[in-house]
Amino acid sequence: MSLPAFLLLASALFAVGLYGALSQQSVVMVMMGLELMINGVVVAGGAFWHHVAPARPDGQVLVLVAITVMALEMAMGFAVVTALFRAREVDVTDEAGDLRG
Amino acid sequence: MREVAFWVLAVGAVAGGVAVFAVASMARATFALLVSFLCTGGELLLLGLDYLGTLVILMMIMEMLVMAVFMVMYMMNPAGLTPMSMVHNRRGATAVAGLTFAALAAGALTTPWPERRGLPPPDPSRALGAAVMGPAMPVMMVIGVAILATMVASVVLATAQGRYDRDGAR
Repeated sequence: MSLPAFLLLASALFAVGLYGALSQQSVVMVMMGLELMINGVVVAGGAFWHHVAPARPDGQVLVLVAITVMALEMAMGFAVVTALFRAREVDVTDEAGDLRG
Repeated sequence: MREVAFWVLAVGAVAGGVAVFAVASMARATFALLVSFLCTGGELLLLGLDYLGTLVILMMIMEMLVMAVFMVMYMMNPAGLTPMSMVHNRRGATAVAGLTFAALAAGALTTPWPERRGLPPPDPSRALGAAVMGPAMPVMMVIGVAILATMVASVVLATAQGRYDRDGAR
C-alpha cells in the first residue's frame, strides 16, 4: 500500500481509459473511457493525500472536484449525444467529424 | 491484510476497466465500469477516506444505472448477440495507451516522492467539510455553479424544443 503502488494503479486506469477514448466508435463508449481516466485521477489524488500531506485537506478537495467532474462529464456527454442524434441520427464519432449541422 | 485488499481491489479495478472495452455489449460494459468504480471506492476506503469512498460507491451505482438506460438507447450492438467490432484505429490507440502507461509508471516508480508530512486528522470527513466551508470555499462555489450550469445546459441540449419555438412557432 505504498504511494508508487497506488500511482501504478492510477496509471493503469488512466491508460485503459485513454485506449477506450481513442479507439471506441460509439460516442457513449468514448465517454466511458473518459470516466476511467478520471477514475485514475481520483485514485492518485487520494493516494497523494494519504502518503504526502494527510494533515491538510487539499488532496481530499481535489478528489471531490474530480468526482464532480466525472458526474458533470457524463450528464453533458449524454445531452450532447442526444442533441447530435436528434440533429443527424448519428451516434458514432466517425460520422460526426465535421461541423455540418 | 490491507495489502492483500489493496491488490485485490487494484486488480479488480483494472480488470473491470479492461472489460469495459472487451465485452461485446454496451450494457455489459456499463456494469464492468461499475465494478471498476466500486473497486476504486474500496481503495479510497482503504486510504481512510470514508466519506469520499462511500460517495464514489453510492454515486457510481446510481450513475451507472442511469448510464445503462442510455446505453440501451444508443446501443450499437443490442445485448451483444451479434459479435462486431466497435473500434477504429485499434493499433494506434493501443500504442498511445501503452506508451502513456509506461511513462506514467516509470514516473511513479522512479520519482523521489516527498516524505509524509503530518498525520491524518482523526476524522478526515470533518476536515474536508471544514475545508470546503472555510478556506476552500471558492472551490465549492465553483462546483455548485458548474453543477447548475450543467443542469441548465443539458436540459437545453436534450430537449427537442428550443427556448424560442414554443406554441409551434419556428
